[in-house]
Amino acid sequence: MTAPATANALRQPRSPSELFISFTLLALQGFGGVVAIVQRELVERKQWLTQDEFLEDWAVAQVMPGPNVVNLSMMIGGRHFGLRGAIAALAGMLLVPLLLVLCLALLHARIGDHPGVAGAFRGMAAAAAGMFAASALRLSAALARNPMPLAWCVALALMVFVLVALLRVPLLHVLPIAGACACVLCYRRLRS
Amino acid sequence: MTAPLLVLGSADWLALLMQFMMLSLLSVGGAISTSPDMHRFLVQEHHYLSQVQFSESIALAQAAPGPNVLFVALMGWHVGMNTGSFSAAVLGVAITMGGILLPSTILTYNAARLAHRNRDLRAVRAFKLGMAPVVIALMFATSWILGSAAGRMDDWPLWLLAVISALVLWRTRLHILWVLAAGAVLGWLQLV
Repeated sequence: MTAPATANALRQPRSPSELFISFTLLALQGFGGVVAIVQRELVERKQWLTQDEFLEDWAVAQVMPGPNVVNLSMMIGGRHFGLRGAIAALAGMLLVPLLLVLCLALLHARIGDHPGVAGAFRGMAAAAAGMFAASALRLSAALARNPMPLAWCVALALMVFVLVALLRVPLLHVLPIAGACACVLCYRRLRS
Repeated sequence: MTAPLLVLGSADWLALLMQFMMLSLLSVGGAISTSPDMHRFLVQEHHYLSQVQFSESIALAQAAPGPNVLFVALMGWHVGMNTGSFSAAVLGVAITMGGILLPSTILTYNAARLAHRNRDLRAVRAFKLGMAPVVIALMFATSWILGSAAGRMDDWPLWLLAVISALVLWRTRLHILWVLAAGAVLGWLQLV
């Protein structure tokens, strides 16, 4: 951790196109997690924003719907050049990686019939399934500090899992109700 | 399992767009949290994608650089390709990506400025903390659906790989790419 720069020592991206290029390079370094790279590059090396500003943006990016990293890059771009900056950062985050992933899909369509390739994808999908379980387990550690009692958290999570994964109830019917109940419970317990 | 052959009219494309726009507003905790519902809609209800195409979309996006949300583009790509035309595949990408990104980014961009001032509002904290168990449940649901789409219930080597991947990534700081690569190699050698 470097010492956070003070606000007046901050540098500025020169133009939306610089934002676009920077975010493209960031996105291409990100395998399974762009956030850590964004923090290191933009706060510590480029010093476009302070650690506190980053954390503030990150908190908002996490609360709002949408992919966290997409929200974060848009907000950082917006801080500097308003809507133009937000679009430039967003395009940087998505455009080149999208073209790349579509090229991979085309390549895969060519060679996907090969039993080895099909097997490799089967293995990767299983590893990815494990990866999402690991993310969920990591997030679970923070439940100990949740204002809701752990038993409530577990019951709520179990209920949502059963409804969505096993009974295949549409998310639109589950998330607003479960989310609203949880938020109200949390809100009332935060009072103390 | 072969890919379905589709004939999609404009009403179908519109329904697909609407579905992804709705999921965009529900994607608290990232686009991947809504993947169980994408599976329900694309694979189970409409048969727009095969199980294998669904899993491969997520696996390929995980293995490629860039934000994880690009798995959505691959799903749109496959839907279009299943109608048998390259231009429909491009349309599919535009519809799924536009749908999953536009509502959430517009909302976040406009809410970001409000959130700065109201960072410590009890309601915002309650929302963040209350949603935590729900997001955890959706991550487990993603893992479950990806695991069961990758193999049959009696396919124990594949399940073992998923469980070991989860434990390794949960307990160690090993990079995701190594775990994905191990899965790919084991699959290539037809060991899982």
